[in-house]
Amino acid sequence: MIDLQQIHKTFGAFTALDHVSLSIPRGRMVALLGPSGSGKTTLLRIIAGLEHADGGTIRLDGQDATDLSARDRRIGFVFQHYALFRHMTVADNVAFGLKVRPRDSRPSKSEITDRVNTLLKLVHLDGLAGRYPTQLSGGQRQRVALARALAVEPRLLLLDEPFGALDAQVRKDLRRWMRRLHDDMGLTSVFVTHDQEEALELADDVVVMSQGRIEQIGTPADIYDNPATPFVYQFLGNATRLTATVQGGTAHLNGWQLPATAPDGPAVAFIRPHDWTLEDAATGANATLRHASVLGSSLRLDVTLQDGQDIEVDIRRDAGQAVPAAGSALRLTPNRVAVFPATA
Amino acid sequence: MTASPPLQTVQGAGHDPAPAPRRRSLLRRQVIPGFTLSMGITLGWLSLIVLIPLAGLVIRASGLPLDRWITVLTDTRLLAALRLSFGGALIAALINGVLGLIVAWVLVRYPFPGRKLIDAMIDLPFALPTAVAGIALSALYAPNGWLGSLLTPLGIKVAFTPLGAVVAMVFIGLPFAVRTVQPVLEDIDVELEEAAACLGASRRQTFWMVQLPTIAPALATGVSLAFARAVGEYGSVIFIAGNLPRVSEIAPLLIVTRLEQYDYVGATAIATIMLAASFALLLVVNILQKWNRDRQGGTR
Repeated sequence: MIDLQQIHKTFGAFTALDHVSLSIPRGRMVALLGPSGSGKTTLLRIIAGLEHADGGTIRLDGQDATDLSARDRRIGFVFQHYALFRHMTVADNVAFGLKVRPRDSRPSKSEITDRVNTLLKLVHLDGLAGRYPTQLSGGQRQRVALARALAVEPRLLLLDEPFGALDAQVRKDLRRWMRRLHDDMGLTSVFVTHDQEEALELADDVVVMSQGRIEQIGTPADIYDNPATPFVYQFLGNATRLTATVQGGTAHLNGWQLPATAPDGPAVAFIRPHDWTLEDAATGANATLRHASVLGSSLRLDVTLQDGQDIEVDIRRDAGQAVPAAGSALRLTPNRVAVFPATA
Repeated sequence: MTASPPLQTVQGAGHDPAPAPRRRSLLRRQVIPGFTLSMGITLGWLSLIVLIPLAGLVIRASGLPLDRWITVLTDTRLLAALRLSFGGALIAALINGVLGLIVAWVLVRYPFPGRKLIDAMIDLPFALPTAVAGIALSALYAPNGWLGSLLTPLGIKVAFTPLGAVVAMVFIGLPFAVRTVQPVLEDIDVELEEAAACLGASRRQTFWMVQLPTIAPALATGVSLAFARAVGEYGSVIFIAGNLPRVSEIAPLLIVTRLEQYDYVGATAIATIMLAASFALLLVVNILQKWNRDRQGGTR
């Protein structure tokens, strides 16, 4: 169990983390998701002890670790570019964390060898023990870095953009494999990513960050279905941002009257492209089609609403269904709308 | 993720139309233009500046009859001079290796006021006429000099002893050690240290097990350059060493002495021995480094 309270960090005039609190239960895989500069990597480095927070506390398994050095935290860290020791073989890299232990807690030579072999088998690198890092592919290096971090049996595994430096196919394979490894070994892990797909696919919990603050914490389904802030709406998945006006608990937008909790005044509404229903235009059109394109099983419509705002609509398409012509009148109804006061 | 077989294996060699004649392929197939011209200049220049003088030396020496060689080689004065030149240079190079590493470490890793100035001063031994350095050092270390007057009561004599020669060799070799290690230290990834720390390594373990091995090849180059420079050093050493035959006389000085006595053959013989010894030592260092590079997978 990792518990962060009010972590604050500034670099000169730049606030990297603005009083962030977060707790990570044992056994979970947590994604820190956000655009670059959102503070996610800084947070990861503070958890690892590689960076010192200006304020706030860190507790690891109930014990105050705020002033504990990286060396004493027993937290595994996999760097984005792996940071493998180039002058050491794969086996020596993995054994490093065991070899540097003080003599009284250091395993014997044969125990170290056994443990290294087990780990290399686990990451499917047995047979490459004698290679040097420069002789490996990107995916292999990443697995060496992982094995090296796991060798010391960390209570928490941190991964900084773990798939960032790999090409698309390798990335997909490694993702699945990593999730399985996490479950099989009963790890607790936190990874940083700017790729929402990666976060949603891999994590138990997603922490969405922006400008040094946590915007929302929740399961992938939670975050996608019920984004808490306009930022999360825009950052996660595709959503069209529309302007509306709220009056007495109702948002007025292009002739629709939608329930809203936002206070009276100007507001922004977010609607995902697949949250629209296309109805018979004969009952009164409220939009015009600009362009339609077939995306396999769905139809992507670029539409201009009557009030002049442009939206994107995805609807299911059955084989052989006619594609509407550009310029045709449509009648659309939104299924799900989130309305926020227009502050930003 | 197995790699697909390389393309060449797909095309059966026998079925292909005969490849175009590959004569001059080395020259013709270069992607970067100007190979012929630049290679010609390189070889011509190297021959003119390095190879022809050295070859001349060897040819002159090879005319020497065997008994003269034996006389030259068994001359105790020469052996003592060679021992001081090579032994002193080795000691100086090792000292420069340790201190050069520390200097480079401080210059790279810690920002402090005056760093730029100190960084610039490192090059002074490069630029200073060596005779000036020698005079300055001997004035400093002479029994009545600033440092010499402090050391003499302790029974340490520097000026006009072999120790003086080593001091001068350290002085002129320092920039070689610092300047070869510095860029490598600058390039060392901080993440390596952080990774070591996360794995539980102490600062000391990180230095010995991670950082030092990473810079070792550069350090070895620096030490061998400092060594080579010290072996050939003449100007600064002769002012401080005192040049007592068989005690504090260096081999290059012995060559000059022979020349002054119009003993060109003797001078050539000593020069040839020094050339051979230096060449052999540098070769060994280079082979060691190549071995080290290959071991680490080549690309660095």
